[in-house]
Amino acid sequence: MADLCAVVGVGQTKHASCRADVSIAGLVREAVDRALADANIGIDDVDAIVIGKAPDPLEGVAMPELWLADALAAHGKPVFRVHTAGSVGGSTAIVAAQHVMAGIHGTVLTVGFEKQSDGNAMWALSVPIPFGMPVHAGAGGYFSPIVRGYIKRSGAPSHIGAMVAVKDRTNACKNPYAHLHEPDWTLEKALESPMMWDPIRFVETCPSSDGAMALVIMSEERADKHAGPKAWVHATAMRSEPTAFAGREQVSPRAGEMCAEDLWRKGGITNPAKEIDVAEIYVPFAWFEPMWLENLGFAPRNEGWRWVEDGVTDIGGSLPINPSGGVMSTNPIGASGMLRFGEAAMQVMGKAGEHQIDGARKAVGHAYGGGSQFFAMWLVSSSKP
Amino acid sequence: MSEADGIMRLRQPISVTYNWSAGPNATSHLNGLLDGTLVGKRCPGCSLVYFPPRNGVCPKCARILGDDVVVGPRGTITTFCVVNVPFLGQKIKLPYVAAQILLDGADISMQHLIQECEASDVRIGMRVEPVWKDRSEWGPSLENIAHFRPTGEPDRDMGVEAGAS
Repeated sequence: MADLCAVVGVGQTKHASCRADVSIAGLVREAVDRALADANIGIDDVDAIVIGKAPDPLEGVAMPELWLADALAAHGKPVFRVHTAGSVGGSTAIVAAQHVMAGIHGTVLTVGFEKQSDGNAMWALSVPIPFGMPVHAGAGGYFSPIVRGYIKRSGAPSHIGAMVAVKDRTNACKNPYAHLHEPDWTLEKALESPMMWDPIRFVETCPSSDGAMALVIMSEERADKHAGPKAWVHATAMRSEPTAFAGREQVSPRAGEMCAEDLWRKGGITNPAKEIDVAEIYVPFAWFEPMWLENLGFAPRNEGWRWVEDGVTDIGGSLPINPSGGVMSTNPIGASGMLRFGEAAMQVMGKAGEHQIDGARKAVGHAYGGGSQFFAMWLVSSSKP
Repeated sequence: MSEADGIMRLRQPISVTYNWSAGPNATSHLNGLLDGTLVGKRCPGCSLVYFPPRNGVCPKCARILGDDVVVGPRGTITTFCVVNVPFLGQKIKLPYVAAQILLDGADISMQHLIQECEASDVRIGMRVEPVWKDRSEWGPSLENIAHFRPTGEPDRDMGVEAGAS
């Protein structure tokens, strides 16, 4: 059986469309310094470092681990890099936690980052597949037909995506680190937003951000002696599947369902919607909130959109989703998964500030990547299992 | 947080040319395209037909794909996107419909362009057929097909397949 571990420090950058004031190393160091300060430890107290970033073409920089080792004070320590497309922030945090859970290291620093302004992600996500038809148009072009499939299957009305967008943009105004602070969105205004990748409106898409998130994870032995709030890791789960295969359920990928089932089983959760207080899930296009509510087993099939409409996922609802503003308000792709994991930890540590959910004891962080094919999740709590 | 702070930003263009080894499975597919034939491959394990047979193995059972199978040329739209967003390297005039098309005889859809009808008339279940470019422009590519257009046949009920790959 694996050992227990806990998040004892969380640190993130101020996210923005262009952090021209720092290099990638400076961006990473900003998040790391905040996480170390939050944990009240020094960089010398770290035993190992696990980093993750989005695919190299997105920011035009390959193998950053070669030179980020300097900024991370990695001399004499192991450095690992994790690589699972957009889910990388989540799987990186899981790899870091597993180094501790395996009893190999006592204190692990992990960081996810992306400086999208240094590259051109839309170009990188639109590179023609050799000898295919060059009609593919970025992540929106990939996910929009899947959203269309969900709308047809579930009978959801067309305003659901806009409702999620307004909720997340409004939530982000409570999060000082969020990229977008746009307090004036209304549903009426959102519905007038132009169709970019029909049926996805402009307002229903995530921004392109520079940002980083860092976590300090400790063994039970060290965390017990550590003063301050902790997020105990009750369960982690990862699953993957091929991008495309005959008969693939793209709206609710089986790998995502299996990942969630594994998480609930390991965490001893029998009724997720009732037992989970808050979830930070990876929603880069607004419609993915109801889709993932169903995939995760929170809402019954084809009912997720009703939860959005009924306000269940609002900050005051019974299952707040993305009180931080989520990916819809901040999307440094390589960091976005770890932002979900870190924000979930902040909730159970009582450190979420204005977007804190009162009394949050159990929270879920979720990330997905590639063509909805890599899933990473963790369940954290204010107390030990 | 701007260049006014005196922090330098440099523009560094990157250009890459690379060779791609198609392997035997994709080679028969690409040879088919040079001949105006749509060639897929059948999995000897699950009997499903992959078009294009890109990786040479069945993504479901990991068996190496077997016999060539000619598919199409007609097919059915399983889902689609109306693209209104400009991007670097774009070759097609906006707005355009990028559709997932399940070719007759294939078990997985492929993405292609829909033209010769209004974007607002495109539907899940719509029957379409390829319009080939002039043979002088052909190469080993699905770009040999300029686009797909509606056949006018009745729509197919895609049921749970709507939105599936």
